[in-house]
Amino acid sequence: MKKLRALLLGIVLIIAVLGAGIWQLQRKSGMSGAKTVNIYNWGDYLDPALIKKFEKETGYKVNYDTFDSNEAMYTKIKQGGTAYDIAVPSDYMTQKMIKDHLVKKISHAKLKGLDNIGSAYLNLPFDPHNRYSVPYFWGTLGIIYNDKYYQESDVDHWAKLWDPKFAHQIMFIDGAREYLGVGLSTFGYSLNTTEHAKLLQATAKLKQLGPNIKAIAADEIKMYMADEEGRVAVEYSGEASEMMAENSHLHYVIPNEGTNVWFDNIVIPKSVQNKKGAYAFINFMLRPDNAAQNTRYIGYSTPNKRALKMLPSSVRNDRAFYPSKAQLRKMEVYEDLGAQKLQEYNDLYLELKMKR
Amino acid sequence: MHKMRSLFAVPYALWLLLFVFAPVVLILGYSFMDINGHFTLANYQAFFSSSNYLLLTLNSFWYALLITASTLLLGYPAAYFLTRLKHRDFWLLLVILPTWISLLLKAYAFIGIFGIHGGVNQFLNLFGIPAKQILFTNFSFVFVSAYIELPFMIMPIYNSLVEIDQSLVFASYDLGANKRQTFTKVIWPLSLSGVNSGIQAIFIPSLSLFMLTRLIGGNRVITLGTAIEEHFLITQNWGMGATIGVVLIIVMLLVMSLTRERKGDGSR
Repeated sequence: MKKLRALLLGIVLIIAVLGAGIWQLQRKSGMSGAKTVNIYNWGDYLDPALIKKFEKETGYKVNYDTFDSNEAMYTKIKQGGTAYDIAVPSDYMTQKMIKDHLVKKISHAKLKGLDNIGSAYLNLPFDPHNRYSVPYFWGTLGIIYNDKYYQESDVDHWAKLWDPKFAHQIMFIDGAREYLGVGLSTFGYSLNTTEHAKLLQATAKLKQLGPNIKAIAADEIKMYMADEEGRVAVEYSGEASEMMAENSHLHYVIPNEGTNVWFDNIVIPKSVQNKKGAYAFINFMLRPDNAAQNTRYIGYSTPNKRALKMLPSSVRNDRAFYPSKAQLRKMEVYEDLGAQKLQEYNDLYLELKMKR
Repeated sequence: MHKMRSLFAVPYALWLLLFVFAPVVLILGYSFMDINGHFTLANYQAFFSSSNYLLLTLNSFWYALLITASTLLLGYPAAYFLTRLKHRDFWLLLVILPTWISLLLKAYAFIGIFGIHGGVNQFLNLFGIPAKQILFTNFSFVFVSAYIELPFMIMPIYNSLVEIDQSLVFASYDLGANKRQTFTKVIWPLSLSGVNSGIQAIFIPSLSLFMLTRLIGGNRVITLGTAIEEHFLITQNWGMGATIGVVLIIVMLLVMSLTRERKGDGSR
């Protein structure tokens, strides 16, 4: 009993000391509730040094929360009870959030540096005239291969993934739109296909891909590819650039049939508490020097043309990450297909996952 | 005095109401709703008429059974020998220690151990055996799950074994029983309650493991947990997700009542 009391007392003591410490630290840096900016972003999607810089420049304290899927973020914001001032949804989710009135209009008068963004990345179909969103990063879905085992010509078409030489070798990003999209691409169908017959056709084709799939995973693919556990993967360009930074044998290819091009955007969710802080953050991120620093850190493609100029030419001219206009024309942005169709995609995907 | 006692019960009643009954009622309610929030039985119809879902259920059961059986097979002898050791507390601490480490961390450690260039394959290479694919196999999934759950099997069995009065064991020997008979007639029946709680503690969570299925199984093993995650997070079809949840709850209740019955037999 005495021992137990000592143990409990010890735990309480540790909590008290740590709590007092944190309180002291927060007080020291002069942060109070009204002066915080709550950012809800993808994991590891903002250079931590920039957060420090922003805090120093503006005096705001940043609360950085992360999510790992658009849908998880959407659910959390829709449920309410959150106080996020900034969120970073992808294109189709931006569209859905606008439709469901979950984001606030952005006043262009309060923005500084929107003209830094290349015109190709403004006024996109998911948010005409950028009334609700400011581009953050963009990229593509493609194939990463390890040059110890394969060469570029092995993976320059989606259809080549079916080759028996990839038996049990391909790692695939865990997503219904991505998986079915590859099947649709091989038939030349749109990534936003809604016809049931075409979806079934793609599913039938993808069933034959099963034996070539080593694993369907998410963030871990980065680690697997860098450690050469996997030799070829279907992944997003940004993830690819991180892998390539760790392992020089890896290369990223955009298949010839075209692919998905995606845009992540900064929005101000309905839950905003600190509007001024939100605008300050958006303007901070629009600044070329900050955008360039962030791009160097994250490795995704920046829509900020002034920032791009500040990056080394080896980055600017890399067609895998800044594809040509001709390549871009073959790419498609995911559209919000509605709950019913999304369900259909996911049911087919679940079936494909199960019967591999 | 009586009033005081019922006053003390208020926090527990509130706790049960808020965190046990309310969520279950919510799940039950959602399971009768379609995407637009209207009443429907279609979710249940969809579940029981879809070969996919039935296959998922079968999968979940099969793997939960494999995991439970392997932990029991490893855990019972381990618990038995633990009771026989000199520094029991120390060894028991070693058994409990891994549960202090985050599940995610343990999973990542196994990725390192089982990888193509990981520890196991390097060891095999010493004997000239070429690297094998160990990650993303059904075996690795069951192995890692069993490893993670093992302490929860050893603990209750150990506790019930320790409680057995040694004089009963001596009596059994005195009356002419051999070692095997003593075990099957005396020790095993008296430790059944521990085995039951071990099975409950492992089988039920194993039904809905989903993180390990992705990290270690590479989504090769798909369980009901995967489907629930998908419905709540991706398709936002909470009705269908809740329906699977309800099916799981019913299954859990079944498992609990089955194991409870056996407990009655054991103490007879």
